[in-house]
Amino acid sequence: MSNLKNEKILEVRGLKTSFYTHLGEVQSVRDVDFDLYKGEVLGVVGESGSGKSVTCSSVMRLLQHPGKIKEGTVLFKGEDLVQKSEKEMRKIQGNEISMIFQDPMSALNPVYTIGNQMTEVIRNHKKVSQKEAEEIAIRMLTLVGIPSPEERMKNYPHEFSGGMRQRAVIAMALSCDPELIIADEPTTALDVTIQAQILELMKDLQSRLGSSIIFITHDLGVIAQLCTRVIVMYGGMVMEEATVDELFYDAKNPYTMGLLNSVPNPKASEKERLEPIPGSPPDLLNPPKGCPFCNRCKYAMRKCVEELPKMYEISGTHKSRCHLLHPDAPKVEGFVKEARM
Amino acid sequence: MTMDKRQNLIEVQGLKKYFTKKSGLLGNKVQYIKAVDDVTFHIKKGETLGLVGESGCGKSTTGRTLIKLYEPTGGKLLFDGEDITNYSEKQMLPFRKRMQMVFQDPYASLNSRMTINDIIGEAIETHHIASGKEKDERIHFLLEKVGLMRDHASRYPHEFSGGQRQRIGIARALAVEPEFIICDEPISALDVSIQAQVINMLEDLQNDMGLTYLFIAHDLSMVKHISNRIGVMYLGNLVEIGSSDEVNNHPAHPYTEALLSAVPLPDPNIARERKRIVLQGDVPSPLNPPSGCRFRTRCTKCMDICSEVTPTLKEIAPGHQVACHLYSK
Repeated sequence: MSNLKNEKILEVRGLKTSFYTHLGEVQSVRDVDFDLYKGEVLGVVGESGSGKSVTCSSVMRLLQHPGKIKEGTVLFKGEDLVQKSEKEMRKIQGNEISMIFQDPMSALNPVYTIGNQMTEVIRNHKKVSQKEAEEIAIRMLTLVGIPSPEERMKNYPHEFSGGMRQRAVIAMALSCDPELIIADEPTTALDVTIQAQILELMKDLQSRLGSSIIFITHDLGVIAQLCTRVIVMYGGMVMEEATVDELFYDAKNPYTMGLLNSVPNPKASEKERLEPIPGSPPDLLNPPKGCPFCNRCKYAMRKCVEELPKMYEISGTHKSRCHLLHPDAPKVEGFVKEARM
Repeated sequence: MTMDKRQNLIEVQGLKKYFTKKSGLLGNKVQYIKAVDDVTFHIKKGETLGLVGESGCGKSTTGRTLIKLYEPTGGKLLFDGEDITNYSEKQMLPFRKRMQMVFQDPYASLNSRMTINDIIGEAIETHHIASGKEKDERIHFLLEKVGLMRDHASRYPHEFSGGQRQRIGIARALAVEPEFIICDEPISALDVSIQAQVINMLEDLQNDMGLTYLFIAHDLSMVKHISNRIGVMYLGNLVEIGSSDEVNNHPAHPYTEALLSAVPLPDPNIARERKRIVLQGDVPSPLNPPSGCRFRTRCTKCMDICSEVTPTLKEIAPGHQVACHLYSK
């Protein structure tokens, strides 16, 4: 695995995306940088409105009106996707980069059979005959664990259960051997037992096919189970970037810490009181000048309101956006002592 | 623990709720969907019973039948010792005041054309609790109780965030000073950081006002956190019930085991070490449930007897009951 680690497949720099609504400009993504290495599963975690989905739609160039990429570059295998025309993008979408959405029912067309929809995708991107496309589709459905795929090809989406639909969508996303899969909360609408099936399936497929995955979720448990690296987003920005272990055992950002304290501790034998984050996320119509988290942060200082903190590097794989990481910052009890050495 | 000495507030005996499905050309073929089939449990005063299970297992239907939002098909319902099973709407009215419900979707459960004042005030007026100035004062008190401000009363639901709306829903439930509140997935539509706010508030309110909760959810980690006891449902049956610690640390039913192991835990080390039981397939259709034990089609420990005899709840430890043939020796 480690030899694959160094090869960057995606490089996002200074990405800014806004929605121009009648109320004004909603700055959903404000200056996002991240890298994705070949063969890794990158988790993107954050609350609703933190910009995680918009970031990924921007990468995929699937933004809907009135959304627009304002600035930034998205280098996919060295080519800037932001500069590509719609036509050029269509060759990449679904072929080299595919996306799995939260609601499988809205990702499938109810009036076509599963087989019909799958072969359409395959024939759009690959020069194969209808028969060959059907063979690929059947192979893919087998791969994702749909029993008697030949029969199932003739079914309509409503004849599938929720978990089966999501499997079919995954099969469709994988059918053109994409190098990058963006999964936007693919298990949120499913029951835990079905979620476990899908996560197991994605893990297995990822290790077999070696594709890179960006996995968007708000569930920290899913991150712990599936991902190798994580970025935490808040208010349209990346607040912390770390490996899974660094994030869960050595978080260096008050927002991440707040998130971790908001969920029951699985190790707790006695009942512990939860420690919620007070308040609610910022309004991105008028984003705060300073740190987006400052009005909910228990460590907030005057500087946090006035100035946006930069990303401080803690280790080669760990970065965090917080003024408390500055060498001259006041020492705060229980927060990042070792980081400043 | 003094808990065992407390009285039962809710007692449910063999509760059944069947929905009918008509099919055929003239609608003369009637099939029954056994949403809740022979469920028995009790809830003590001041305690929280968590009810978990996959979607379609009948947990919400149980909750709604319990307060007679649905008319039960069979069985007995006792509220504070009184049999309310066959009470008419009119007879139910004094009980309505004592039992309330908080719904899952904070966007759909508040009327968007009514101000917060009207939403909370309606309940107060219906039950003749207060009027005029007294009513306004009560509304302000309730809003402050759930962590909102008094001048929020004149606003409309769309002016609030999801978490704030859920607080309004809770304030509305509290308006009539109930003893029993059914929380039907009250946090599943909220963000993680907001979920903890609402959970803490529910805990505080319980301590302050001595409330009894039925907490329905599919998120086991939160249910484990808030409940004293947990009931696990599968396809209309209650398959296991016991104290929160018992059910979590010593799950007896294979379904409970699978359900617990399916919950992703926010700890990478545990996630790596843990042995996971992944259930195959989906929940069978309640129109045509499997014979015998309903879980047998997905159970890894299925035996011959499972398809023949329906297991009943048996006590395997004090207060810990399970319906599984593995324990019926």
